[in-house]
Amino acid sequence: MLKYEDLTVGKTLTVDVNKLITRQQLQQYAKASGDLNPLHTDDEFAKKIGMPSVIAHGMLIMGQLGKYVTNLAGDTATVKQYKMRFGAMTFPNDEITCVAVVKSLSEHEGKSCAALTLYASKEQDTIVGTGQAILEFH
Amino acid sequence: MSMTSIIGQKSIDFIFEVTAERIKEFAQAIGDDNPLYSDEEHAKKMGYPTIIAPLTFPVVVAAANEKGFDLGLDQRRMLHGEQEFIYMRPIHVGDILSCHSIVSDVYEKKGKNGVMEFIVIDTNMLDVVGELVVTSRMNIVYRALQKQR
Repeated sequence: MLKYEDLTVGKTLTVDVNKLITRQQLQQYAKASGDLNPLHTDDEFAKKIGMPSVIAHGMLIMGQLGKYVTNLAGDTATVKQYKMRFGAMTFPNDEITCVAVVKSLSEHEGKSCAALTLYASKEQDTIVGTGQAILEFH
Repeated sequence: MSMTSIIGQKSIDFIFEVTAERIKEFAQAIGDDNPLYSDEEHAKKMGYPTIIAPLTFPVVVAAANEKGFDLGLDQRRMLHGEQEFIYMRPIHVGDILSCHSIVSDVYEKKGKNGVMEFIVIDTNMLDVVGELVVTSRMNIVYRALQKQR
């Protein structure tokens, strides 16, 4: 859990590694999110449109990165804003690693805020998404 | 047709009721076992009124209306480039969210493959007293039509 006093601009925070993405998880995410695009669940369909296999929902990766941000905030901060830009595609058996770097620290209406730059990556340091979160400390 | 003409287009209002089942199912799907998403006692101990939803849960709400917001655009050209959430407070079980989507911006950017078009759609989610809970902002890349290979 983060303490505002411990943060400095440019500091890299503790890395988190997610479980391997599975086809079963893509099925589960499709149902839970309402994103029923067969590109994520039907290998034959994915191949027909030129993909090597089904691809993971970009929003599933954002969900994994969001879990990381929530855990960083713990009960010392609240997430006020969270965004992500989607990069390389993600496939079953990819393992997503999440990391954050402190971008800036500021005082806003008497509250301490930290802006974090977020990275979700897979093997060989391929970036699958970059993002930003604003944390407001209590 | 200039794409900017769709700025300001608004969907009809729709209602989304947040249930413990939907939150639990979503948290499991993203692999997040934080008890804030399943254990009411724990959530209360942490200062929330009840079970809350994960950060990206608003996509579930927005997806509930996707079919109801037809901008007359070619789905095959639409690519989800960026997603942002602006939170006033966490969504929690029992929230009855009154929502609408609106095209908040359309703009062009010069890239290495020519001019690209972007469409920004905001889905605003308000609680029963009319307070904004969260805005889900989707940035869509509207790709140029490519010739069939």
